[in-house]
This record gives sequence, C-alpha cells and structure tokens, in this order.
Amino acid sequence: MNLPESFRIALRALAANKARSLLTMLGVIIGVAAVILLVGIGTGVQDEVTGSLEGLGSNLLFVVPGQYEGGMGGGGAPPGRRFTLDDAETIARRVEGASAVVPVLQAGATIKAGNRSMRVVVAAGNEQGTEVFTSDLAGGRHYRRGEVQAASRVVALGDRVARELFPNQDPLGKQVTLNGQRFTVIGYYKSLGGGLGGDQDSQVYIPITTAQRLFNLNYVSTIVVKAADADEIEVVRRDIRRALLPSFGDEFTVFSQEQTLGILSDLLGTLTYMLAGIAGISLLVGGIGIMNIMLVSVSERTREIGIRKAVGARTYDILSQFVIEAVALSVLGGVFGIVLGWGGAELIAQTTPVPTNVTPWAVAMSFLFAFAVGVFFGVYPAWKASQLDPIVALRYE
Amino acid sequence: MGDTGLARVVLETRDVSKCYYLDGVEVNALRSVDLEIRQGEMVAIMGPSGSGKSTLMHIVGLLDRPSSGEVILEGQDVSSLAPNELASLRNRHIGFVFQAFNLLSRTSALANVELPLVYGGVGGSERSRRAREALERVGLANRLGHFPSQLSGGQQQRVAIARALVNDPSIVLADEPTGNLDSRSGIEVMAVLQELNEQGITVVLVTHDDRVARHAERAVHMFDGRVSEDGPVADRIMAADEMALLPPEGATG
Ligand SMILES: Nc1ncnc2c1ncn2[C@@H]1O[C@H](COP(=O)(O)OP(=O)(O)OP(=O)(O)O)[C@@H](O)[C@H]1O
Ligand SMILES: [Mg+2]
Repeated sequence: MNLPESFRIALRALAANKARSLLTMLGVIIGVAAVILLVGIGTGVQDEVTGSLEGLGSNLLFVVPGQYEGGMGGGGAPPGRRFTLDDAETIARRVEGASAVVPVLQAGATIKAGNRSMRVVVAAGNEQGTEVFTSDLAGGRHYRRGEVQAASRVVALGDRVARELFPNQDPLGKQVTLNGQRFTVIGYYKSLGGGLGGDQDSQVYIPITTAQRLFNLNYVSTIVVKAADADEIEVVRRDIRRALLPSFGDEFTVFSQEQTLGILSDLLGTLTYMLAGIAGISLLVGGIGIMNIMLVSVSERTREIGIRKAVGARTYDILSQFVIEAVALSVLGGVFGIVLGWGGAELIAQTTPVPTNVTPWAVAMSFLFAFAVGVFFGVYPAWKASQLDPIVALRYE
Repeated sequence: MGDTGLARVVLETRDVSKCYYLDGVEVNALRSVDLEIRQGEMVAIMGPSGSGKSTLMHIVGLLDRPSSGEVILEGQDVSSLAPNELASLRNRHIGFVFQAFNLLSRTSALANVELPLVYGGVGGSERSRRAREALERVGLANRLGHFPSQLSGGQQQRVAIARALVNDPSIVLADEPTGNLDSRSGIEVMAVLQELNEQGITVVLVTHDDRVARHAERAVHMFDGRVSEDGPVADRIMAADEMALLPPEGATG
C-alpha cells in the first residue's frame, strides 16, 4: 500500500470522530500558539531594543570608566575614577579619527511648568550630541556650542514631556523649572514611536555643563565617540586608549556598538528561548494527549485492525496508518496553532505597546516541533496496533 | 467439478496439530490433520462445538500457524513464513467470510470490498471497477454507497463475500456464514456461494449445521481435533431450488 492511501484512511478516521479529533488537537493548538506568541513577543522586543541602539550608527564607541571583561554582566571592578569634561577634551584633541566626542550624563529630575509637573530623565551632552543620537526636532532647535560653554539654562523637551506640560500650546520660548531652577524651552522633539523606545519621549535635553551645575556633579558618566569612518573604528579605539592611558591606565573600557548590541541581544535571546521552552512544555503535554487518544483509538478499533490484517494489511500498513493519524492530528493542530498564535501576536502589536515579530523561523520551528511530537507520541500506539495478532483482533468484542 | 481426482490441489495440510496452553493446561485443538482441498471444490467442514473447525480454518487461512505440521498453499510450504509474508499471501490467495460479517463500519459497501485491493496495491479506476463487479456478482450492484448499518444481515454477508472474492483468491473460507442470519437470508447466502462455486471458485465452508453442510459437495467431519470422516455429500441441497420453494416475499438485493 502506498502513502497517499494511508493518508486517506487516516483522514477518514479522524473525520469520523470530529469532536474528539478537535479536542485532541486543542493541546497542540494551544502549545504551538503559545510558542508562536511568546517567541513573537520576545523577538519583537529584541528587535526593538537592538533596533533603537542600531539607530545610533555603527561607528560609535562608548568609553566608560572601570574594567569590564567580556560583558557588562560580568561583575567589573568599581570605577576608581570617573571621567570629567577634560577627559572628553583630551580625546577630542588627541584622537584624529573622531568626528564627534560627546560627554554624557543622565539623571532624574522634576520638571514644572505652571502648575503642571512630572518626573523626567535629564539627558545631557554637548552640541555634537545630535551627531551621535537619533533625534527629530518637531520645533525649535538644539542647544548650541555657545550655550554649552556658558552653561545656559536651555532645555529641549521629549514629545511626551512637551505634550503633558504644554497641551495644545507651542512650548517654544516658555519657562520651565528643573529641580527648581528656571530654564527656557528652545526646542521639542517628535515622538520616537511607541513600544519600548517611548522612554526617550519622556526625556529632556540640556547642555552637559548646565547639568553638572544643576546636579552639582563634576564628572560625566560616559563619553561617546563617533568615528569619522566606520572602517577606521579600531584605529579610533586604539587612539582613545592611548589618549587616556597616561591618566587612567587600564581603568576604563571602550565598548563598540556591536559589543553593546551583542550583550543585549544575548540577554534578550536567552529570554526568548526560555519563553519558547515554557511554551514548548505545553506542546509536549498536547503530545501526551495525542498518545492517550491514539491508544484509546487503537483498542477501540482492534476489530478493524483484525479485519485489515485478515485481508492482507502488513505490519507496515497498520503502523503507517496510525502514525499518520497521530501526525495529522499534530500537524493540523500545528497549523491552527500557528494561525492562532500569529493572529494573537498581530493583535497584541496593534492594541498594546508591546512589539511582536513572528519570524518564519519561529513558524517553521514550531511546525516541525508539532510534527515531531505527532511522530514521537504516535509511534507507540501505532506500533501496538501493528503488532496485534489478527485472530485475537478479530475475536475482540 | 465433481471429479476431484483430476483437479489440482490448492491447499493441503500435512500432519497439522495445534496446541494451546492455558494456565499450564494443554488444549489440543487440532491433532494431526491431513486435508487436501482441490481447485473448484466446495467443501464443508463439520463437527460439534469445540472440535477445532475454526482453528483449522484460521490455519488454512494463514491467520494462524500450526504448532507442528505443514500447510501447503499452491504448492508452497507456508507454515513457517513471517507475519508480513503471510499477510501478502492472504491478500492474494485467501478470501474470508466470517459469521459476524466483519465489515468496516461507517465505510461504504464499495470501500469495504475495495479493502483487499488497497492492500494488494491495486489503485485508481481499476480498483473501483473490480469492487463494483464483485458486488454485482453477489447481487448488490444497487447498494454500493450503503454503510453496513444501512444493510440487512444477508446483504452485509454478501458484501463480505464480494470482499472475499474481489482479489480472485485461490480459495474462499467461510466460517459459519449463515450463523447470524435468518433462514431466508441464509439460503440466499448459500445460493451465492454455490453460484460462485459453479463459476469455478474453491469454497470451504465451516459449519456445525448439517443442513448447511449439505450445500457442499464434500463434507469433512471433525471430532476432538481430528478428521473423523471425509467424503462426498450424498444428497446435496441446491439453494436455488430452496429459493424457488420460499414464499415469494419480494426479491432482496
Ligand atoms: N486462543 C485459544 N486459546 C486457548 N484455547 C483455544 C483458543 N482458541 C481455541 N481454543 C480451544 O481449541 C478448541 C477448538 O476451538 P475452535 O474454535 O476451533 O472450535 P470450533 O470447532 O470452531 O467450535 P464452534 O463450533 O463452537 O465455533 C476448543 O477447545 C477451544 O477451547
Ligand atoms: Mg468456530
């Protein structure tokens, strides 16, 4: 007997017991849908996070104090000395391949305008900040070199901040206070979009010098260096090392964009695999359901098996008939599960800020897994069926 | 067909014994059975309950293997073949008719008759053509799409007979084919079997009913696992004659 024939027989048997087939499939449907959905969310978040970092450009280097080996996760030594604006100056002067050197400082603060107030993250840099960070002005301008040098109290607002403080108003030229100090709004940004990047919409931007006075600090947290040429990034990295060596020795680390991305990607990837694993367990449970029903089915159809054997069915014919039945259950369940999971992921992406991305890889993997579950859990009942003695089977009541 | 001396031996048992062990007790279902079935014969195997008729039928039908002795089908010793080889031989050479019909439920008459062809590797239009022909031969040309539950007992048994002969078997084995039928349907089934035998098909009929056995041309009597008597049937009953005597209750089929 050939395979299409086995398929026909198996599908007919499944159609004869529609409700049971559907309920059995449900286990696989839920399992596959869960895998697709959770991996879709994991991948979506991963994409968004790495995407927003990639938006910064691949020719960036991040210089931080302290020694880090391998990854950010590894417990590095606490920084002995922090960077100052002078160190940024040194890099700008000594590293030829650097087209922009931006000392960065971030801190939380309360912003007020009239009787409205909110907590924001203050991000501070210099006038070259626009070269290393993505930003899109909705109105006004960035702070200028002169304002950085003079530590002027000027501020540019993220989209959400602008809207909360000045609903239906043009914020340009308005006065706000940051931790009680008065600032003039010189610009505001377009939204960087929903999802996790929404964070940047809640930031405000001021000159680094102003920030140091505002928070009464004399250091900067990171120095971001942009290489003029992405191919020369290793040269720039070496030059930064040389420039800082006299005053810092080994007590600093230069991360490239790729390294930062890699670390984050690894972390989120691990998380995605974990989600997939948990969802996979439910798929396994679905497989046990299939095995259970197949065992019931085999004993119910003992007489049928006897009849088939009496008229000439070989071991292989019976085995393939029942394996195909189990696989058809799991594969059909897999297809429904994919449709359900995919639809669910789309729905989540559209109705919540959580980004999702259902990749062909995830679809293929869960389909194959469902298939494998069907084979794995179908073989034992099918083997039992194929080993039945025809006479015993024919006599079975 | 009466001249058994000339016809070829289709199936033969040589010194066949079958022994069951139940809880340490030995049951000798068959003891040294020698039997020859020739091409075109219609043989009844008779005997009281427990005499080993069904056991013998299962062994000559290659559903079971003897504990000792040889079974020779079309000249080939098949007593020690593997299950899959036996399945292929059953498919090509043996047709079964059981007391309990043993049709696949929720499967049309046509599909039931096609079953041996499915496992015989016959496909497509030839398969359904041959199944149709077989159903025509048993007078069920107008019941192709019926499920067993939509057929009378006699009709179901005739579907089973069609299934048994669709593969042009060397031999049709019928175990109490009329056991579950009323006398009228029983006579109809016997008429079909006799007609097929007239057309040259070898039929072995297992029954404990003397009257049913007299439809055959030769009767083999079994007692306690042995063949006690083997000879031609003296006053053979022709089912066609019986049919004529039945009250005209409207044709079946
Ligand atoms: N699977 C088995 N295990 C043990 N003993 C068996 C088995 N099958 C048959 N027997 C025994 O073998 C003997 C012959 O049984 P068999 O079924 O051949 O009788 P039979 O002539 O067909 O009887 P009946 O007319 O009642 O159908 C009986 O004593 C029976 O108990
Ligand atoms: Mg019997």
